[in-house]
Amino acid sequence: MINFAYARAGDATDAIRLMAAAPGAKFIAGGTNLIDLMKVNVERPARLIDISRLPLKSVEETAGGGLRIGALVPNSDLAYHPLIQKRYPLVGSAILAGASQQLRNMATTGGNLLQRTRCAYFYDTATPCNKRQPGSGCAAREGLNRGHAILGTSEHCIAVHPSDMCVALAALAAEVHVLGPKGERRIAFADFHRLAGSTPERDSNLDPGEIITAVELPAKGFAANYSYLKIRDRLSYAFALISVAAALEVENGTIKDARLALGGVAHKPWRRPEVEAALKGERADEAVFARAADLLLHDARGFGHNDFKIDLARRAILRTLGQAARGEPQSQSDKKIR
Amino acid sequence: MAQASTTGRSGPEAMPMPEKIPVTLTINGVERRIEIAPWTSLLDLLRDRLDLTGTKKGCDHGQCGACTVLLDGRRINSCLTLAVMHDGAAITTIEGLERDGALHPLQQAFIDHDAFQCGYCTPGQICSAAGLIAEGKARTADEIRELMSGNICRCAAYPNIVAAIQQAMDAMGGKP
Repeated sequence: MINFAYARAGDATDAIRLMAAAPGAKFIAGGTNLIDLMKVNVERPARLIDISRLPLKSVEETAGGGLRIGALVPNSDLAYHPLIQKRYPLVGSAILAGASQQLRNMATTGGNLLQRTRCAYFYDTATPCNKRQPGSGCAAREGLNRGHAILGTSEHCIAVHPSDMCVALAALAAEVHVLGPKGERRIAFADFHRLAGSTPERDSNLDPGEIITAVELPAKGFAANYSYLKIRDRLSYAFALISVAAALEVENGTIKDARLALGGVAHKPWRRPEVEAALKGERADEAVFARAADLLLHDARGFGHNDFKIDLARRAILRTLGQAARGEPQSQSDKKIR
Repeated sequence: MAQASTTGRSGPEAMPMPEKIPVTLTINGVERRIEIAPWTSLLDLLRDRLDLTGTKKGCDHGQCGACTVLLDGRRINSCLTLAVMHDGAAITTIEGLERDGALHPLQQAFIDHDAFQCGYCTPGQICSAAGLIAEGKARTADEIRELMSGNICRCAAYPNIVAAIQQAMDAMGGKP
């Protein structure tokens, strides 16, 4: 690994100050993605600012009935937290669908949002990649793009965001709390990650020098009718080809409220409020789910190797909405899809 | 030609001079004061500085689990963390699992069930299983398989590994 300087931040203000004084530095917390990228020379920070000891490790109920999750809460602790299991099981299920327990023990809530794509060309410094080296081109468009995006792509980048947890957070309309040199601000989850557009080097709307301090879940957790289904090349410990987070509020067979987000398909978790609106007031049946899937995938396009993902996504959406409607969420240990 | 990232630094600017940072770690019950360079992974510290070579380097990218150790009782990939970040922590490696010369129930169970062939992944498998038992989330074979998925065995001793973990879990009564 490259050499770098190291500083440990005492609190959030200290972290912001250290970063402002050292352009080219990177924050490190769980480190599971950053250290990996440093080993392959994709990230080359001159200095690491260790924020892993900041007091951002609590999970607290908010006055508005929601849940405020400190940015440094490990993924494993969050997945098993009693309030997550009881009120937001979609989030717990999505977390347990991702990575391994060793990684979940290290990886943090904030870091999960900021992890970078696993596009092989992004990792391979011998190939062009607009995300790693703006202007160098995209090797994935004409390359091995089996795992790549089918929605919201640009001519500059077809990488996907790799997180499972973020798909659930998108579906539940979480909010990201941020602290930076200009103070605090909040970013709606839908506005946090970006599409690649002409600036694929920017994954999120977090500004340089800012840190995530918390993720807040609104009161509504859809704990009765939800499911997270992840389709991948092996049964565990692999990134999604397609994942679906579905959450419904069903009364006498009629959909009162709906949430639907996809992972593995785009540069950010893919959610379209108009598709959810179209589900409201309809019967919770397969024909309605099929229309929602068609609507959500209307603009999908493949790049050769990943053409199959469009049909796969459609079928996964049908299954997941069915599981949610029946109140039988996908198990993350028994892998049979029912 | 290799293209480096635009983040951090560009061009042939000087790397920082090696700067050793003192840390105190309790490793297998023994407190150690060590001065280390910040870029030393916990895995490299264990193997190269402390001669604790039971912990294995497989992929060095968090994909195989051979480097699994317990950090303050929780299983982690020691290849993906910097030793300097863990000042004050307690680390248990495969060398620290036995008690007074007696094998840990997991070590005995892996022998009883022939839960390995080449053995390279075994220290990581056993440390990971120790973490799994301490977590108390796995009860069924399906749950053990899922929560052990971060440990790859190229010899594919998986059925025997699951059986060994079930035996140790029973022997330990779910206690770490």
